[in-house]
Amino acid sequence: MARKFTPKVLTANDLMEGDVIYLAADGSWVRDHAQAEFIEDETIAEMRMLVAQGQPEIAVGPYLADAKMGENGPEPTHFREAFRTRGPSNYFHGKQAETASQ
Amino acid sequence: MYTYSDFDEAFVRERCKQFRAQVARRIDGSLTEDEFKPLRLMNGVYLQLHAYMLRIAIPYGTLRSDQMRQLGMIADRFDKGYGHFTTRQNIQFNWPKLKDIPDILDALADVQMHAIQTSGNTIRNTTVDHFAGAATDEIADPRPTAELIRQWSTDHPEFQFMPRKFKIAVGASTHDRAALKVHDLAVELVEQDGQQGYRILVGGGLGRTPMIGQVITDFIPKADLLPYLEAVVSTWNIIGRRDNKYKARIKITVFENGIEKMRELVNEEFAKIRAKFSGYDQKVLADLERQFAPPAFKNTDPSSLEAAVAVDPALARWVNRNTNAHKVENHLSVVISLKEHGKTPGDATGEQMRLMADLADQYGYGELRISHEQNVILPHVAKGDIPALFTALAKAGLATANAGLTSDIIACPGMDYCALATARSIPVAEQIALRVKELDLEDEIGLMKIKISGCINACGHHHVGHIGILGLDRAGVENYQITLGGDATETAAIGERTGPGFAYDEVVPAVERLLKTYLEKRNSTDETFLAAYRRLGAEPFKEALYGDAAKKNAA
Ligand code: HEM
Ligand code: SF4
Repeated sequence: MARKFTPKVLTANDLMEGDVIYLAADGSWVRDHAQAEFIEDETIAEMRMLVAQGQPEIAVGPYLADAKMGENGPEPTHFREAFRTRGPSNYFHGKQAETASQ
Repeated sequence: MYTYSDFDEAFVRERCKQFRAQVARRIDGSLTEDEFKPLRLMNGVYLQLHAYMLRIAIPYGTLRSDQMRQLGMIADRFDKGYGHFTTRQNIQFNWPKLKDIPDILDALADVQMHAIQTSGNTIRNTTVDHFAGAATDEIADPRPTAELIRQWSTDHPEFQFMPRKFKIAVGASTHDRAALKVHDLAVELVEQDGQQGYRILVGGGLGRTPMIGQVITDFIPKADLLPYLEAVVSTWNIIGRRDNKYKARIKITVFENGIEKMRELVNEEFAKIRAKFSGYDQKVLADLERQFAPPAFKNTDPSSLEAAVAVDPALARWVNRNTNAHKVENHLSVVISLKEHGKTPGDATGEQMRLMADLADQYGYGELRISHEQNVILPHVAKGDIPALFTALAKAGLATANAGLTSDIIACPGMDYCALATARSIPVAEQIALRVKELDLEDEIGLMKIKISGCINACGHHHVGHIGILGLDRAGVENYQITLGGDATETAAIGERTGPGFAYDEVVPAVERLLKTYLEKRNSTDETFLAAYRRLGAEPFKEALYGDAAKKNAA
């Protein structure tokens, strides 16, 4: 039997920069997890995958990652995805630094 | 030292040009990611968690000062100001942009370096004892052999698409400093009846099914090396399992067929192909042996070092820990620790790389090495130059006196960088190092190898750590499994699992309990942790880790 679908966001790496990106509801790619589209429906998730796979000039290795709805938008549920929203723990590099400088 | 031949130069330049065109075609959309990925991997370009990663080979861990300087330039200009030295004598840059990578490869080619065969199912960078050419216990410098293997294996047409990657290490000393027994194939320079030749081991490896290599031949003459290696790799290339990625390494082939059968097959192949090798390789080897001749050692007075050590305890401690005896009486080999407490094991900033390059020019005949333990070595330093070298290193935070101690930890990048990881490694290493510093126990503990991997692939060599730590994902939470009694030297052993894993914030206290148990139970200060573990067995350590629960589980 198919497992129950749990909410997702669609994520990938940016072709040029290599950094983590998310697909937003308007079809654009965003850097911030909270601005990602919160996908609660399996059919929509499959459609978004097709959209992402159709943009190899932007997104490398797209996949659906588990998420939950938080106060400001979708939040990761697994620590791996949480690390991807931040960057490494040994240096203040990656997303954590980019958001700080905005 | 070896300098590129015209052939090497042309080959590497051609590859740079090709890759620049491939990147351009990926960016303009004429190559898809599926088409591009194998091409980028052929040039050492991975896509990791937060960015691209470029893995650059440092053949047999040897760098000239101008090469180290160039790595520093790359770190500053194209990355975030640092690079990461790895257990396979490579350097990894963690943040390059795709469009910059062709420029980086050109900059590498300018100093005779490249990233070819640092990925893919090929023969990878051949690694060597980091004290090669300097060690008192070596038969001869193993690097000419390693360079011969590099020339034979690079772009070898038959060995570009093998069942899996293939890793070779070369040693020439009684004490193994190159983790020979956990490589797919190990070449050990030995002497028999006054003649030099090689002992060959196969089937070692870490990862999912860790194994210790076995001797396939005790002795082959030097002239048989390349045909013999070709026979081994060909045999495995044919019978190695391509049906299952996890069973494809030669260790599984050796395990499933048995070493006797393997030896028989290799000998058959060897007999078939021996004649193909005309002996030209031996001319090359003789030439390489000349190129790797030691520098003209200075004849300085070593007594100034003794005098300086007598009045400077910090210098004395560092000399005691971070230097190694040298073939030549008035010289030492120096370990520059990249393990400052609380910092990422194996990382050096661009500035530090430049400083090390300058110091190599000033005091080390222009030569550096990268150790498989993620440190930098100056193989030849005159004793009289040691105090000045120490002072210069100390100013740059590069004189941590911890070589071989608890905080000299190997850690893979783990989930802070690596897309395959199941947990983090680096912060665990950082915290253990800080904790032992706080406790001020390192000197007391003495020789201790802690090794940490962020997943079952075992890049951090955890299986062969006296204390090995493996980061796992247990139901969405980081969890760390501890193994004990591993050893990567000539007495190699795979560590034994102690029991259930520890949560992220429990692992440092658990290691601390192990260290304290060792200090309590050792029979003298000369008995290392590993020796004590071998004498006492796992029980007292399990009890330290799990308390009474260990006894219950055992019952
Ligand atoms: C972050 C990028 C890295 C990736 C994607 C990566 C990938 C892998 C993979 C897939 C394996 C498994 C091989 C197998 O199953 O046999 C492996 C093994 C290994 N890697 Fe890495 N690795 C990375 C970084 C490193 C680093 C930084 C080091 C050195 C510190 C390293 C050294 C090794 C070693 C020694 C092994 C064990 C090889 C053996 O089985 O004998 N890797 N790596
Ligand atoms: S051991 Fe695993 S997590 Fe660590 S670098 Fe290797 S593949 Fe990545």
